[in-house]
Amino acid sequence: MSTNRVRVVVTGLGATTPLGGDVASTWSALLDGRSGIRPITEDWVDTVPVKFAGVAAVDPSEVLPRPEARRLDRAEQFALIAARQAWQDAGAPEVDGERLGVVVGSGIGGIGTILSAYDLYREKGWNRLSPFTVPMLMPNGSAGWISIELGAKAGAHATVSACATGAESIGYGIDMIRSGRADVVVAGGTEAAIHGLNVASFAAARAMSTRNDEPERASRPFDKGRDGFVLGEGAGIVVLESEEHARARGARIYAEAAGVGYSSDAYHITGIDPEGLGGRQAMLRAIKDAGIAPADVTHVNAHATSTPLGDEIEARAIKDAIGSHAIVTATKSMTGHLLGGAGGIESIFTILALHERIVPAIANLDDPADGIEVDLVRGEPRKLDGDRFAAINNSFGFGGHNVAVAFTSV
Amino acid sequence: MALTEQEILAGLGKIINEITGIPAAEVTPEKNFVDDLDIDSLSMVEIAVAAQDEFGVEIPDDQLKHLKTVKDVINFIQA
Repeated sequence: MSTNRVRVVVTGLGATTPLGGDVASTWSALLDGRSGIRPITEDWVDTVPVKFAGVAAVDPSEVLPRPEARRLDRAEQFALIAARQAWQDAGAPEVDGERLGVVVGSGIGGIGTILSAYDLYREKGWNRLSPFTVPMLMPNGSAGWISIELGAKAGAHATVSACATGAESIGYGIDMIRSGRADVVVAGGTEAAIHGLNVASFAAARAMSTRNDEPERASRPFDKGRDGFVLGEGAGIVVLESEEHARARGARIYAEAAGVGYSSDAYHITGIDPEGLGGRQAMLRAIKDAGIAPADVTHVNAHATSTPLGDEIEARAIKDAIGSHAIVTATKSMTGHLLGGAGGIESIFTILALHERIVPAIANLDDPADGIEVDLVRGEPRKLDGDRFAAINNSFGFGGHNVAVAFTSV
Repeated sequence: MALTEQEILAGLGKIINEITGIPAAEVTPEKNFVDDLDIDSLSMVEIAVAAQDEFGVEIPDDQLKHLKTVKDVINFIQA
C-alpha cells in the first residue's frame, strides 16, 4: 500500500434507531443487551404473517418541526436527524462547501410516500399531491436535503445496494476524501420501510421471522432456533474527514476509516453464495485496502441477519478471511435489520467498539449453530485488551452486494 | 352559506402555520406571500391544495399566480 495516501478518520457519529433516538442511548442499550423489537399495531398487521418490528424508539415527529417534517419522507427524516447529530458531534467543522461531500443512501427509498401518494392520487386526483412528492420518494432525497442543510457542494451521492447501502456509502465517502474530491464527507444510510407491503414482500421471499409470540427473541443471529430477519428502521450517519483536516482543527478522532472492500457474488439475486466467497473476498479486499493483515483484525460486526442460510456462511467467510480469533458480534439481534440503514448504524457500533474497547454481546444466542469457528460474543459484552485494534463491519445486500469497511483504533 | 373574511383568515392562518411554521397571528390580509411571509412557489401550491380541502374551493394554477396577498386569497375564496 502507498504510505503517503490520504488517511481518513471518523470525527462524528449520529443515529436514530429502534434502541434510542441518538448514538449514546442506542449504544448503552446494546451494551445492556436490550431489544428494540416490539409488536406493531398498524391496521395492516392482520394481513401479514409478521406482527412485530424494530420501530424507531423516538418518532421523528418528536424531533422535527412540523413544517419541515411534512416535506420529508420518514427515511429522510431519520437521515436528517442522524446527520445533524453527527455534524454536531464532530463539532460542526468549518469547511469550505466545495470541499464538503454527502453520501447517504437508502435501500428502498421513500416507499411510504410512494404508497400513500398513490392512494391519494387514486382517491382525489393529481392536484391534491404534495409538490414535494417526488423529492420525498426519490432515494437520493436524503443526500440532497443534507447537502442543502450543510452547504455541501463537493457532491451529494446516494449509493443503492439494498442492505449493503449504508456501508457502501461510507466506502464511497472514504474514496471521495482519498481521491482529493473532499476534505469532509457526511456518509451513511437510512431506511423507513415498516409498511404492510414491505413486510408482505419480504415474507413472500420467506426471509422474515414469524416468532410472533416472542418478538424480542425473534432476531437471533447464529442461533440454531433462528427463523428469519426482523425488520427495523432508522439511520446511522458518520462524519469522515481527512486526518490532516481533523488534526488541524483539533477534532476528536474516534477511529481511522482505514479501508473498504467490495465484491459481488454473481450467484443469486437474493441468496448468498453457499461458499461465502463474496463475503470473504470483500473482507480480504478491505484488509488489503487498509494496509493491515488478517491477524490484525480483532473484531467483526457481522451482517448476520438471523436468516437460516446466511449466518453460518458468513461465519465461515470470517474464519477463512480473518481467522478464528475474530471476536464477532451481531447487533441486529437487538436493533433488527435496518436494510439500507444497517451499514450506517453497524459501522458506528464497530467504531464505538474500537473507541470504547468493548464489544456488545449477541442477544438471543442460546444455542449456537454447529460448526461456527469464530469467537461469538455471548452473555456479557467483551472488553478488548491491548492498544491497537482493527475491526470490520460487514454488510451484504440482495443483488449479491458485499461490502466490508475496516476501521482501526487511533 | 359564504364564510366571513374572519373565518377564512383563521383557516388560512392555520394552514400557513402548518405548512411553513409562520405563526397564524402573522397571517394578516395585507401580507404579501413572497415579500412579507417568504413563502416560495411550491409552498403556495401546498397552501392551495390545503385550502381546497379546507374551503372546498379549487384554485387553478393560472389563478394561483395572481394571488399575491392573503387578502387576494380571501377574495378568491369568497367570490
